[in-house]
Amino acid sequence: MKRARVAIEGAIHEAVEAEGKLKLKDGRLFTEDEVSWLPPVEPGTVFVLGLNYADHAKELSFSAPKEPLVFLKGPNTFLGHNGSSIRPEEATNMHYECELAVVIGKQAKNVKKENAYDYVAGYTVANDYAIRDYLENYYRPNLKVKNRDTLTPIGPWLVDKDHIKDPMNLELKTSVNGKVTQNGNTSDMVFSIPELIEYLSSFMTLNPNDIILTGTPEGLEKVIAGDEVITEIEGVGQLRNYIISDKNLVT
Amino acid sequence: MVKIYGRRQEMQQTFDAELDVDAQVVRFHSSRSHVNELRFAVPVIGTVYGTALNYRGELTNMGEKVNEEPYKEPPKAPVLYIKPKNTFRSHKADIPFPEDSDYLQVGAALGIVLKKQATRVTVDHASDYIAGFTIVNDVSIPHESMHRPAIKEKARDGFCPIGPWIVDVSDINNADDLAINVYVNDDLKQSNSTKNLIRDVHTLLADVTDYMTLYEGDVLLVGTPENQPLFQVGDTVRIDIEGIGSLENKAVANSIKGVNV
Repeated sequence: MKRARVAIEGAIHEAVEAEGKLKLKDGRLFTEDEVSWLPPVEPGTVFVLGLNYADHAKELSFSAPKEPLVFLKGPNTFLGHNGSSIRPEEATNMHYECELAVVIGKQAKNVKKENAYDYVAGYTVANDYAIRDYLENYYRPNLKVKNRDTLTPIGPWLVDKDHIKDPMNLELKTSVNGKVTQNGNTSDMVFSIPELIEYLSSFMTLNPNDIILTGTPEGLEKVIAGDEVITEIEGVGQLRNYIISDKNLVT
Repeated sequence: MVKIYGRRQEMQQTFDAELDVDAQVVRFHSSRSHVNELRFAVPVIGTVYGTALNYRGELTNMGEKVNEEPYKEPPKAPVLYIKPKNTFRSHKADIPFPEDSDYLQVGAALGIVLKKQATRVTVDHASDYIAGFTIVNDVSIPHESMHRPAIKEKARDGFCPIGPWIVDVSDINNADDLAINVYVNDDLKQSNSTKNLIRDVHTLLADVTDYMTLYEGDVLLVGTPENQPLFQVGDTVRIDIEGIGSLENKAVANSIKGVNV
């Protein structure tokens, strides 16, 4: 099953994919373009992995970490499919990051990696934008780079775990204005999904709707206002996002 | 009398009440109780953001290190982190003491509770967005390096007691001049004041909401004073903040009694 949360005609609905459309619980069918896509789950605690693909770590001149490098995101930063992300006009270095997002399905504490998938509800796609102009070396990557309003599109679908045969072997791809700029495979993760669930649940409790963004492979390019960015993961979905400038926002 | 808000363990709904500070009596609409007779729940439900290095003494303690590797320069923007929901505990709930550490640090923080959505708030208007203030114990496993996010040190279950209540913003004369005292087993271990903040309450709120929206019920911690007291398993930790009250929790080994939110 593929599930979505959407806004239609003034109400929020849960929908499932049917006949290439969105089917509401009341039976109505809508096309992709007729709805406003919300993040497919209301995010609980959201973990993000830094440098979790060896090639990407190299690209940023780091060696791969020995222990997972984890940071957290707040609810302000999430945005649904087809949304517009706000880019500060002054920024010189904003880039996308295509990431497989793992949604936790039940409470997890001290889980062993052998059983880790029992705690997964499903998967979706996230674009973990970064604005590197604001990088500082305290609790890096800092929130001003990684937790800005609207800069983490997620969706379109929450794809049930059973639909994805091997989440550790999925192609990832980003295209900017139709041109492919990032390519990778989840098999290149430094710490696998089961290892991450074992690691995090070894010192804290994970809860349903917590999400783990598992990091991004190499292939980062700068993006600017006006760009259409599509992050895509094999079998999970294609997440479209538009970049707009902040120059018309009020202060 | 000060106006307080919060939640009690017996009921889903929030309360608003009046607190007689001297008598430590809470007057609800139709009843009154001594503070010690009440069981408080976590008074907030939103996201809790912590701020590091916002006390002058913390930067003084770091000295020249801020100019060396890996930091290279002193912090420019507020140094922020998130205390996720698994860390929240109420006043009087146990703090589960992890097996892999001998000591924990008390992080005695004034919490700014948001009244409504705050996006790109200016310093002049910041007070309009504050519902009130609460006390937070931002517990950590001691760690020297601030280079990488300290999730493993700061996000353990029970590492963020909050409460007992929120004091209405109108009853706090000057949030930038509140005495903070920390007691471990009734011994005074730390005294400081929010007058030593680098960014005061309104400036911090403006700088944070410049790029990050805070919502009603979110809490922004103003920081934790330098020389954080340590505590061990079995210890009782109490944080007093002037005009707000006392937040007290006990550290318990392998606790399963800690009250979940």
